[in-house]
Amino acid sequence: MPKTPVKKSAPRRASARELVFGDLWEFDPAPETADPKLKKRYDLFIGGEFVAPKSGKYFPTISPGNEAKLADIALAGAADVDAAFQSAQKAFDGAWGKMAGSERGKYIYRIARLLQDRAREFAVAETMDGGKPIKESRDFDVPMAAAHFFYHAGWADKLDCLAPGRRVAPHGVVGQVIPWNFPLLMLAWKIAPALAAGNTVVLKPAETTSTTALKFGEILQEAGLPPGVVNIVAGAGETGAAVMTHPLAAKVAFTGSTEVGKIIMRSLAGTDKKMTMELGGKAANIIFDDAPLDQAVEGIVNGIFFNQGHVCCAGSRLLVQESVAATVLAKLKRRIAVLRVGDPLDKNTDLGAINSREQLDRITALVQSGVDEGAEMFQHACKLPAKGFYFRPTVFSGVTQSHRIAREEIFGPVLSVLTFRTVEEAIEKANNTAFGLSAGVWTDKGSRILKMSTELKAGVVWANTFNKFDPASPFGGYKESGFGREGGRQGLLDYCKLI
Amino acid sequence: MPIAPPGALRRLIDDVGPVDAIGVEERVAKYATRSIKKKSKLFGLKLAVSMIDLTTLEGKDTPGKIASLCRKAITPHEGMDVPSTAAVCVYPAMVKHAKKHVTGTTVKVASVATAFPSGQAPLKTRIAEVRAAVGDGADEIDMVINRGAFLAGELALVQDEIAQVVEACGDATLKVIFEASELETYDNIRAASFLAMRVLRPGDFIKTSTGKTSANATLGNNQVMIEAIRDFYLDTGVAISMKPAGGIRTAKQALHFLIAIKETLGDAWLHHSRYRFGASALLNDLLRQIEKERTGAYQAPYVFSDATEGY
Repeated sequence: MPKTPVKKSAPRRASARELVFGDLWEFDPAPETADPKLKKRYDLFIGGEFVAPKSGKYFPTISPGNEAKLADIALAGAADVDAAFQSAQKAFDGAWGKMAGSERGKYIYRIARLLQDRAREFAVAETMDGGKPIKESRDFDVPMAAAHFFYHAGWADKLDCLAPGRRVAPHGVVGQVIPWNFPLLMLAWKIAPALAAGNTVVLKPAETTSTTALKFGEILQEAGLPPGVVNIVAGAGETGAAVMTHPLAAKVAFTGSTEVGKIIMRSLAGTDKKMTMELGGKAANIIFDDAPLDQAVEGIVNGIFFNQGHVCCAGSRLLVQESVAATVLAKLKRRIAVLRVGDPLDKNTDLGAINSREQLDRITALVQSGVDEGAEMFQHACKLPAKGFYFRPTVFSGVTQSHRIAREEIFGPVLSVLTFRTVEEAIEKANNTAFGLSAGVWTDKGSRILKMSTELKAGVVWANTFNKFDPASPFGGYKESGFGREGGRQGLLDYCKLI
Repeated sequence: MPIAPPGALRRLIDDVGPVDAIGVEERVAKYATRSIKKKSKLFGLKLAVSMIDLTTLEGKDTPGKIASLCRKAITPHEGMDVPSTAAVCVYPAMVKHAKKHVTGTTVKVASVATAFPSGQAPLKTRIAEVRAAVGDGADEIDMVINRGAFLAGELALVQDEIAQVVEACGDATLKVIFEASELETYDNIRAASFLAMRVLRPGDFIKTSTGKTSANATLGNNQVMIEAIRDFYLDTGVAISMKPAGGIRTAKQALHFLIAIKETLGDAWLHHSRYRFGASALLNDLLRQIEKERTGAYQAPYVFSDATEGY
């Protein structure tokens, strides 16, 4: 290699070898200003109408971004849940149960289009109620929710093709309980296939995020969906238990924590209710030394910081081959330095608010356990808003398989980094968990991807990408991550009986 | 005919690491979702003006057009609080004309050389062209690499030629154009970046395109190159500069490129010594947006002088 002459005028900065991500060019606030059209008070959606709860009780819902109260939500008691099931059963025995699939499809298409029409309004409401950044609710949650309705609308008149050689029929009334991390999207994952298959629904949104589900009742009214086909009841655990155990529920579908999933399964033991459970996860995101490292780092960031890490399939365990571990960690820290944490409604925010104080406390406690157990912690040095629930993007290195932060689902922006030497060790470590929802593999070598995808005990294995979803692609878990699938042909089959 | 060592390009890619095209596209799509408002927008627009290599590279260029171009570069818009552009970029024959007009200002004269845009001339001729341009007063030289040799795997040849041009530049800054669209893949663009940077001096540039092919600067190839610059800087301490060129016509695009810099290379590269835009139409769109921020209304296009269009 020829010797290179050094220009006299050229700046020589060989000593200070770190990049400066400072405030030379600070972005001004860019708040999303669309009106979420929130009401002061939300009643229960039963029999196609918004009705006051028989309990007479309401509970407040707040915005985790600034702790301001958004609305009062009706609390459904056992009598309200029963009314919802009676109404759903009536609809199933009546018009909806006898309706041709092509007609059902029209209603579902209409719901999808109405959701698209009101996309910005729903995105803002979702962000205010749940704390996720507006760019995610705008670019992911709401469009993906509409996509699920579109996809399943297409199935409604094609159920004959669902199980070749067999005929399918709906279960009847389906009880559904959904979590707070993707309130509207999880609603779509649950309601769209249930309706396509001809079931009727009683759905309970999570206590902290009922707003968009009840707003969705307005869309159902606008779509002219026959009364009682979808009923939405709000409340906390007790309401959820009433929905899961109601005698009229022919099938129940639950998405939430493994802990609650187990309680539900115990309470339903001995009944003939069909069940699908989509529970927790502790996904391994595995980086081999031949991976495209910058894109892998982007995948790590998407994997763990998407929706503040409130994702059951989040890539919360980073397994990185030891020869590139230092490089990957350094790149990751530099990438984290330019993440923007703050007001969820700001269009430039990458990480918004933690969903609730309770969840913030849980994350804080688990992170403390990581520190106590001797893992090395790195946190983004950003300023956090004075009000609201926020947590800094956090990376633990030097984590072992026996650390709590490597075993328990944190459900927050906290990444545990482990290393491995061989493919076999990567597989062993990835599978050494009670969960099995998802995994990621990063390598330039195609054959290794194929091997990993068969050996990893996870419902979804992403290759050279992470957190990619499609209505046509089934999603669900192994082991304590649950059973049953959502999305695709497999997900729809879970809402049908074979006859 | 020199015989390329077998697999040289493959080994270079293994050495510097591969790039996943889909991942790059996803990364850069996020820059376009950034929302830049008010003061931060004004800052970005003015910064972009200060980074422009105001360019005319036409067979029909005349000394008169060069005079107009230089005047526009020095004072982009009369009465507006806006910096001069970084440089004017012209063919070698026009360097002496440009030099007359910009002497005593901050505007530099950049000249394409080395049989731009194809580079298909004997090395001797290309080197002579560089020396002539520097002799006429060019402060900066924009060279093209030998793409045919690169794709054939004759990497040593490509690198030697760059090194010889570096030498011919003397004190002039060098910008090495890869013609990214002709290198076909992001892997190749990253490999070419390292190949060039290893013989460049601190402050020299790598540059995406000539602006003479159908595909020019994109956020994707810009990203691959600035990540290469970042990795090279952290590894060696040598800070290489970056110039996307061709196809950046609107203020909005320019802001997206600057956001890429802010989030990949950081504040030190948000300066015309480290980052440039090879552009002509971009300048007036930036001015139009700056004026809109000041007055709240868009001015008619004819309010801004078309200094890069007439002859």
